Amino acid sequence: MDHLDELESRSIYIIREAYRQFKDIAALWSIGKDSTTLVWLIRKAFYGKVPFPVVHIDTSYKFKEIYAFREKWAKEWNLKLIVGRNEEAIKAGMGPERGKLQCCTALKTDALKMTIDKYGFKALLLGIRRDEHGIRAKERYFSPRNREFQWNYKDQPPELWDQYKTKQEGEEHIRVHPLLHWTELDIWNYIKREGIPVVELYFAKGGRRYRSIGCEPCCSPIPSDADTIDKIVEELKTTKISERSGRAQDKERAYMMQKLRALGYM
Amino acid sequence: MEREHLKLVIVGHVDHGKSTLIGRLFYDTDSLPREKLEEVRQICEALGRELEFAFVMDHLEEERSQGITIDTAQTFFKTAKRDYVIIDAPGHREFTKNMITGASQAEAAILIVDVSEGVQEQTRRHAYILSMLGLKQVIVVLNKMDLVGYSEEVFEKVRGHTLDFLKRIGINPTYVIPISAREGDNVASRSERMPWYTGPTILEALDTFKKTERRDGGPLRFAVQDVYNIEGKRIIVGRVEAGTLRRGDEIVILPTGERTRVKSIEEFMREGVEEAPPGKSTGITLEDKLFVDRGQILCRLEEETPKMVSEVKGSIFWMSSEPLQVGESVIFKCSTQEAPCRVEAIERRIDSSTLEVIEESSSRLENREVGEVTLSFASPVIVEDFNVTPELGRFVIEKEGNISGGGIITRLEG
Repeated sequence: MDHLDELESRSIYIIREAYRQFKDIAALWSIGKDSTTLVWLIRKAFYGKVPFPVVHIDTSYKFKEIYAFREKWAKEWNLKLIVGRNEEAIKAGMGPERGKLQCCTALKTDALKMTIDKYGFKALLLGIRRDEHGIRAKERYFSPRNREFQWNYKDQPPELWDQYKTKQEGEEHIRVHPLLHWTELDIWNYIKREGIPVVELYFAKGGRRYRSIGCEPCCSPIPSDADTIDKIVEELKTTKISERSGRAQDKERAYMMQKLRALGYM
Repeated sequence: MEREHLKLVIVGHVDHGKSTLIGRLFYDTDSLPREKLEEVRQICEALGRELEFAFVMDHLEEERSQGITIDTAQTFFKTAKRDYVIIDAPGHREFTKNMITGASQAEAAILIVDVSEGVQEQTRRHAYILSMLGLKQVIVVLNKMDLVGYSEEVFEKVRGHTLDFLKRIGINPTYVIPISAREGDNVASRSERMPWYTGPTILEALDTFKKTERRDGGPLRFAVQDVYNIEGKRIIVGRVEAGTLRRGDEIVILPTGERTRVKSIEEFMREGVEEAPPGKSTGITLEDKLFVDRGQILCRLEEETPKMVSEVKGSIFWMSSEPLQVGESVIFKCSTQEAPCRVEAIERRIDSSTLEVIEESSSRLENREVGEVTLSFASPVIVEDFNVTPELGRFVIEKEGNISGGGIITRLEG
C-alpha cells in the first residue's frame, strides 16, 4: 500500500471501531476540507450508507459558499444532517466584536453542548489533525471529555497497538479523531486522488485564497495564486506560513487555542 | 515519486534534552513555520530566556512555564531522503504511560543521554520499554557535549557505560553520536568542535533506517472488526493483519474452525477487487452463510494457523495507580479480540528503572513495574508468537474500563 492507502486504512479502522463501540455517535462536519475528507472516509467505511448523523455547528457567521456546499452534498450523499445553533446567543447579537473567546465559546462550544444534550451523543468523530496546531499534536485518537466538557490533557488514557479508550462514563463523551495522523499536504493529495469536492473558497481568486476556513469575520485569505489542487499541493510543499495563520482565534493570545480546547472547542 | 514516512520516537531522562533536540531538528531542516518560530521567540522573551527550541514541542502552558513535556506530541520534519513523523515522549516518571503511547507507534528511536549525567532512572526505564516494544532501530545520542568541553574522553567513558547497560536488556544501538542539541553539533551538520568523531550526524544515521512493514507473504490473518448489512449483503469488515487476502481464498474461521471461501472483497465504489494487502481495512463476503463475529480471526486453509489457548504467559508493563492483583478478573484485548481473563500468577515483579527483581511470585503489580504474568481464559483466545506476527502477539489489559497495562506474549499454553 502507498502512503495515502495506509492513512486511509488506519482512519477507516478507527471509524469502524468508534461505531462498533458507540451507537450514539455523530460526525462533526464544519464543511472544511478536513471534515469533508472525514465524511468521505465515513462513506467508504460504511459503503455509502452513513449510519449516524452528521452535525454542522452553525454560528450564523459562516461563508455563503459553506451553506450552499452543505446543502448540495448532504443531499447528494444522503446524510442525516443536524444543524446545531445557539439561537439565543445569535438573537442576542453575539459576535466577534464582543470578544473572540466569548464568541467562539457561545456560538461554537455552547452550540455543540446543546446539540450533544439534545441528541444524547456519547461520541463524536472530528477531523482534527496533529500537524494543525501544537496543542492538537497532544491529542489521542479516542479522547474523553468530562461532564463540564473539559479536556484533561494532563491525564490522558494510554493508547497503544490500536487499542483505544472506548468506555464512556456518565456525562462524559468521547471525541474520536480518525484523521489525527494526516498532514495538510496528505489531505490535499487525497482530495486530488479521490476527487473529493471542496468549497471553492480554498482556490485562489484575485491573488488570494483561504487556507483554513472558519467564520467569515474571523478568517482572512492568504496571498496565493493556487487556483487548482495541483497548485495548492505545490504551494504547500514550499510554504513557510502555517496553516491556521488566517485564523484569528489562534493568534489573539499564545494560549487561547489551549484554553478553547480545554473548554471544549473542537 | 511518493515520499516515504518514518515514525521516530525520542526518549530519555527528564532534562536530558529531548524537546531541545526536536526543536533543533526542525530548525536545521527548515521545517518550522515562520510564525511558529516568531511565537516561540516572543514567549521566550516574555519569560526572560534565550531562545528555547524545546518550546516548539512543549506547547502546553504548564510545559512552557515548568520546562517539562507532559504528553507525547507528534509533528513532522523532512530530509532529502524522506519525511519523519517525530514523537516526543515525556521524560518525567509520572508520564510514563504517555511515553509508552508515543513509543508504541514508532519504527525507530533516539535514546538521548546527558553526557554530563550519564544513564539515569528514566533512561533505564525508557530503554527497557523500547526493548519490550520490540524496537530494533535505535540511535543513542550523548547530548550536552558543550558542557564537557566536547571531550572525547568523557564521551568514550559514558558511551561505555551506556552500551554495557543496553546490552543487559538486549538493545544493540546502531549508532552512538556525540551531540549538542542546543548548539547544533552533529545534529544536521558535522561538528567542527569534535574532529575526533568520524561517525554520522543524527540525520545521516536516521536516513539509514528502514520502514517497518507488515508481513505480506506467508499465512493470512484477517481480524474481524464488525459485520454490516448493506443492502441485503452481509459484509464482514476488518483488517488484514498479516499476509495478503485474495478473492477465492479458502479460509478457516477461528475459533469455530468452520471453513468457507472468500466470495468477494468489498470496497466502496469499486468492483472486482482481487486482493487486499496487509494493513488494509476492508470487507469481504463469504460463499457460505456462517456465523461470523468481531474478534474472530480468518486464516487461509492449508496454512499454519495461530494457536488457540486458554492460558498465556506475558511480560506486562503496568501503567495505572490501581495495581494488578493475582486472582482478579480483567479484560485482555488483542487485535479485535476482547476476552475476560483471570490473573493466575505474577511470577516476577521487576523495577523498570533499575531492572532489579523486586519480588518472585508476587500478589500484585504496581504502577511502572514490569511483571511476568500468567493469565487464564474461560474460552480460548487466538494468539501467536510476537516475533512472527506482532499483531497477535501483543495485548493490553483493561481494568475497570481503562487501559492499564501493555504486554508481549512470551509463552503460549494449550
